[in-house]
Amino acid sequence: MKKIDRSSKVRTGFHQAKWDEPVIFELSKHGERGILVNKADPKVAEAVEGVNALPEFLKRKEAPALPEISQPRVLRHYARLAQETLGADVNIEIGQGTCTVKYSPKVNDQLANLPQMREMHPLQDESTCQGIMEIMYNTGKYMCEISGMDRFSFQPSGGSQAILGMASLVYAYYKSRGEEKQRNEIITTIYSHPSDAAAPHVKGFKIIYLHPDENGYPDYEAFKAAVNEHTAAFFVANPEDTGVYNKNVLKFTKLLHEAGGLCAYDQANANGLLGVTRARDAGFDMCFFNLHKTFSTPHGCGGPACGAVGCSKELEKFLPAPLIGFDGEKYFYDYETTNNPSAIGKIREFNGVAPVVLKAYAWIRSMGPDGLYQVAKTAVLNNNYMFKKLMEFHCVDAPYIPGKQRIEQCRYTLETLAKETGVGTADVQRRMMDFGMHYWQSHHPYYVPEPMTLEPTETPSKEDIDEYIETLKYVFDEAYNDPEKVKNAPYQSVCHQLDESNMDDPAQWAVTWRCYLKKFQ
Amino acid sequence: MKHLGLIVNPIAGMGGSVGLKGTDGVAAEAARLGAVRHSGDRAEKALRELLPIKDDLCVLCASGEMGEALARKLGFPNVQVVYRSEGETTADDTIRAARAMEGADLLLFAGGDGTARNIYEALGEKTVAIGIPAGVKIHSPVYAIRPEAAGKLALRYLEGKCRRTQEAEVVDIDEAAYRDGRVSTSLYGYLMIPDERDYMQHGKAPSPVSEHAQQESIACDMVERMLPDTYYLIGPGSTTRTLMDEMGLPDTLIGVDLVCNKKIVQMDLSEQEILKRLSEKPTHLVLTPTGGQGYLLGRGNQQLSGRVVKKIGKENIHVLATKEKLFHLMGRALLVDTGDEEADRLLCGYTRVIVSYHEEQMCRIATE
Amino acid sequence: MSVKGFKSHPYIPNSVPEVEQEMLHEIGLNSLEELHEEVPDEIILKNEMNLPEAFGSEYELRRHVEKLLKKNSSCDDNLNFLGAGCYQHYVPAICDEINGKGEFLTAYGGESYNDFGRFQSLFEYESLMAELVDMEVVNVPTMDYSQAAATAIRMGSRVAKRTGVLVPASMDREKLAVIRNYCTPDLTIEEVKCDEKTGCMDLADLKSKLNDSIGVVYFENPNYFGAFEVNSREIANAAHDAGAQCVVGVDPISLGVVAVPRSYGADIVCGDLQPLGIHMNYGGGQSGFMATMDDPTYVLEFPSRLFGICRTNTEGEYAFADVAYDRTSFGHLRDKAKEYVGTQTALWGITAGVYLATMGPEGMKEVGETIMQNAQYAASKLAALPNVSLRFETPFFKEFVLDFNKTGKTVKEINKALLEKHIFGGKDLSGDFPALGQCAMYCVTEVHTKEDIDTLVSALSEILG
Repeated sequence: MKKIDRSSKVRTGFHQAKWDEPVIFELSKHGERGILVNKADPKVAEAVEGVNALPEFLKRKEAPALPEISQPRVLRHYARLAQETLGADVNIEIGQGTCTVKYSPKVNDQLANLPQMREMHPLQDESTCQGIMEIMYNTGKYMCEISGMDRFSFQPSGGSQAILGMASLVYAYYKSRGEEKQRNEIITTIYSHPSDAAAPHVKGFKIIYLHPDENGYPDYEAFKAAVNEHTAAFFVANPEDTGVYNKNVLKFTKLLHEAGGLCAYDQANANGLLGVTRARDAGFDMCFFNLHKTFSTPHGCGGPACGAVGCSKELEKFLPAPLIGFDGEKYFYDYETTNNPSAIGKIREFNGVAPVVLKAYAWIRSMGPDGLYQVAKTAVLNNNYMFKKLMEFHCVDAPYIPGKQRIEQCRYTLETLAKETGVGTADVQRRMMDFGMHYWQSHHPYYVPEPMTLEPTETPSKEDIDEYIETLKYVFDEAYNDPEKVKNAPYQSVCHQLDESNMDDPAQWAVTWRCYLKKFQ
Repeated sequence: MKHLGLIVNPIAGMGGSVGLKGTDGVAAEAARLGAVRHSGDRAEKALRELLPIKDDLCVLCASGEMGEALARKLGFPNVQVVYRSEGETTADDTIRAARAMEGADLLLFAGGDGTARNIYEALGEKTVAIGIPAGVKIHSPVYAIRPEAAGKLALRYLEGKCRRTQEAEVVDIDEAAYRDGRVSTSLYGYLMIPDERDYMQHGKAPSPVSEHAQQESIACDMVERMLPDTYYLIGPGSTTRTLMDEMGLPDTLIGVDLVCNKKIVQMDLSEQEILKRLSEKPTHLVLTPTGGQGYLLGRGNQQLSGRVVKKIGKENIHVLATKEKLFHLMGRALLVDTGDEEADRLLCGYTRVIVSYHEEQMCRIATE
Repeated sequence: MSVKGFKSHPYIPNSVPEVEQEMLHEIGLNSLEELHEEVPDEIILKNEMNLPEAFGSEYELRRHVEKLLKKNSSCDDNLNFLGAGCYQHYVPAICDEINGKGEFLTAYGGESYNDFGRFQSLFEYESLMAELVDMEVVNVPTMDYSQAAATAIRMGSRVAKRTGVLVPASMDREKLAVIRNYCTPDLTIEEVKCDEKTGCMDLADLKSKLNDSIGVVYFENPNYFGAFEVNSREIANAAHDAGAQCVVGVDPISLGVVAVPRSYGADIVCGDLQPLGIHMNYGGGQSGFMATMDDPTYVLEFPSRLFGICRTNTEGEYAFADVAYDRTSFGHLRDKAKEYVGTQTALWGITAGVYLATMGPEGMKEVGETIMQNAQYAASKLAALPNVSLRFETPFFKEFVLDFNKTGKTVKEINKALLEKHIFGGKDLSGDFPALGQCAMYCVTEVHTKEDIDTLVSALSEILG
């Protein structure tokens, strides 16, 4: 056998699993059972009416048309679908910029699967929940230390719900002062996540956007012009998805405080700042962390997750109830804020997604202060290393602060590539999938033309980053030599280019199998 | 079988090659100076992209150089000549040819801003069209970036892969002024073009919203702000037109209309008529940036003069624009050029532009 | 050179000092401190954070967390009769197997091209759920029942173009708090009286409160007290007659035997997926669903993602993508009641899909039968205890309210005594519903054997004397 050739890092031989797996209903075979269900004890069954107790109109007449499939076939079906999913476990996660997809330690998953976590009912007596309450209490303390805030709630179960949580805090604060009608505007930036506008809308706020200045910072002059007696709060991420840190952040928070407004920090991009700088020190009154990003808990295809919201002492009394308190001996549910008529009340049932908090707790404890600092530094090092390498490519550029460092990610532009080859960022995205790589452009609309947003957290090794860069280069070269090849991608992914032309036509869209059968059979 | 209309303005672009800033009315001079016709070549680059579906296509065209020759040369099997021109073609031929193609699934036309104006005059927004850039002046976003791009978009649209359409502006500069070194663009109307935005989405982001839906949102916000017994002057543009639609009112696309209590008071007002109205009731002005360069005042709405603006006052001016439109300005200021320095100065500085329901963007207004 | 940081951390490949130096040199720097040059010095954290030092090994971490968790006493260690929104049902092993698969567990926001399995399994979840509730459109799941109810109410109000909302006074106080926060200030929520005898919605009160400002009438089957709304049809009719939308919450595990809300007039259905193969997780297993018919009037109101089946450019191939792009801002009232989408509970959606595919029609029927039999048996035995009675005389599914007012003991005292016998008694309602006095809500499911129930009965009998 010849020596294996490793001269190129590009996985040209890659092909993702493609099982041509039918839709689950097609697997149904009448009479098959996936599981046997325990019946009531015969003595129990005899003693009661059972379903006959239902009023006639409440009896289900026809069984639901669920498929009938034996267990090994159900398992195989989903195992195949799992193989057709590019989770972080099997992938060099650099391409899902803004998502902070890092390593989710397996030990943390195992701990969260212990019966003392899984089989806990949220309404159990406090005395039986001391372990998880201690974990949630201490995680709250750690979050306070990391952000400089005074209290955290884990009720919001995702980033967007956390933004709603912050908007609700802002609303509650002004309500307590009788100003909720007057203070009805929230200032944010065009680079912010769309939820920074959409979630405050739910609380009745108007949104005022700022355009970036020539450095990519929110335009301070525009900010000054926007702030007035209606301003309730400034919602902003720093860095924004450009990776540019707004050096003047203190000027913003100071001005808004002078005008009587509140400052809320979207810390979706906190990964590069752990142990380096804190929200409170930059003048923010509240912030949130995505535990499923910065604190390593697995993303689960899009949740369950947690968007922990923290705030200053002054705002603590508005947080959703219950919080967890500690009297020196035992942990207890603190319903103090329910007595505050202006408080939020509840964001979510029960008290947040406890297993996610537990995983974040375990991660913090496996890091310690030195480890968190290392996370931030390595994430920023990885990003700036990648930034330098990519900026050497003729067809890659990045707007703002030339020659300066980015934080943990960067939004590049492939405008030159598009102009010179006709290959755009969406084409590159599809082609990267042929090498098993995620790739992300940007939210709409594209303020950066032909955007490419990459975030190499602390997780990839130098070789991984080099592989990603080499693969990108391979695709760029292809764009110049054979643009059609890139445009018609993917070839080695699970499926070929989507034809989404039926997706906004009510006569053709099919959100469920029964609609598909109705419309296409 | 899909029907494709094809119009080539054979003289488009000639002026540019000999240093004339356009070809309108100066084709003969351009030819005398040795100008070469190249719009046919550019149209060919676009049309080649459609060869893969040539058997499913019926090409409706004008005779000879206006399209027929090209369609036959490339071997399209179904070619129908729907208009015959004689001698040197003129703007009038473009208009008549376009009218003959009404009802086509798509109209591909090669030319410049002048040609786009002719197409608009002929068909308005009745037929979906794509411009192949071939003229000297290409300021109208109805044109694709390159001829190949026009062809590819046409292919996607005809294959049904891109089904949404959007309005694109037909703007033109005054060539006489341009040849004298002055730039003065005006909005002439809109054509419907396929919406080719790439919708590939990221898992965690909400979907982008079509331009029209954005305009509806903006209109919804503006209607809510309107005060009773107050005059609202509605400036030209498709965003302001959506506002009129929202109120169920007719409008003058490239003129200024006056509304009060959601009813039309007067349509297509001149400066004098506006000035007269201003003394009757408190009056607000609703504007949207028009033209390619983001002009708020002074292009296509000269009736909104410095005198008018000063009388209304900055605080009573509402600016509407979709996020995408502002995005295309890439942070540049919205421009005003009323010809009245004092009025322009009054308008400069930051303003809040309504970009969606209860959403505003801070934008700078400047004179350049 | 810096010593700050954690070198060669197992989760951070490039924390190996040599690699770190090599990469620093590559970008022209000498130490980690030189990174973050864009962060102004005045806000740079000068001291190390006051956090516990890292554990020296994975083993030590595991021992530490296990020790903490051992301070918990779970429903495995005790006999549990708590429900009230989070339920102990049997979780088939296959559910944990699938949602534990790393590919699903660690995927996030990729495209159909490379996250195909995620798209297909969520499309299948939508489809399976649609069969269970007998509707045509189901969303990619939201946070929990409360969020689903709040969203369904907002959807309904947009369809009806009205801002008044009526909900039952029997409603879960927590859920009501979530709905209030989510719907204020745009909508006005008003409670409809609860009939003291039946625990159901007071029809007369409902009718008196219906007017042309009411956009939504919301109720649940079973309601918070476990009872079925015996007048469901009348409530739906009254709502429709007044021009309001009828939004109904359900317990999905009941639907193998209980009629679907559409059969008595629901326009929008919502509920929680947690009973369908998801562990209780201390309340972390909740996951909300909404369902409507395939009518654009409703479909376009979903703020959530909807995955649909679509073509590709390759003949015979299919894939999955988002349905209806313009949804998030159409029309009028929608703009005034915008919502958002983000990371929610996709993994629980996949899990519920696995559960329904595994259970099949027969399994869903059987589990419904077993639950109703066990619950009825428990209720009759408990109500036979001296001075104990059922608070409401209405058919119920798996939860029922026990009245302890005549026992001379508070629920708190009773539950404390039960806890000493390793039994988690029913949820104490005396705080949330003071008018009921000393009542507790018990939950009995297919996981309870006859012995378990008999144990509870004799324990209570002892405690009550």
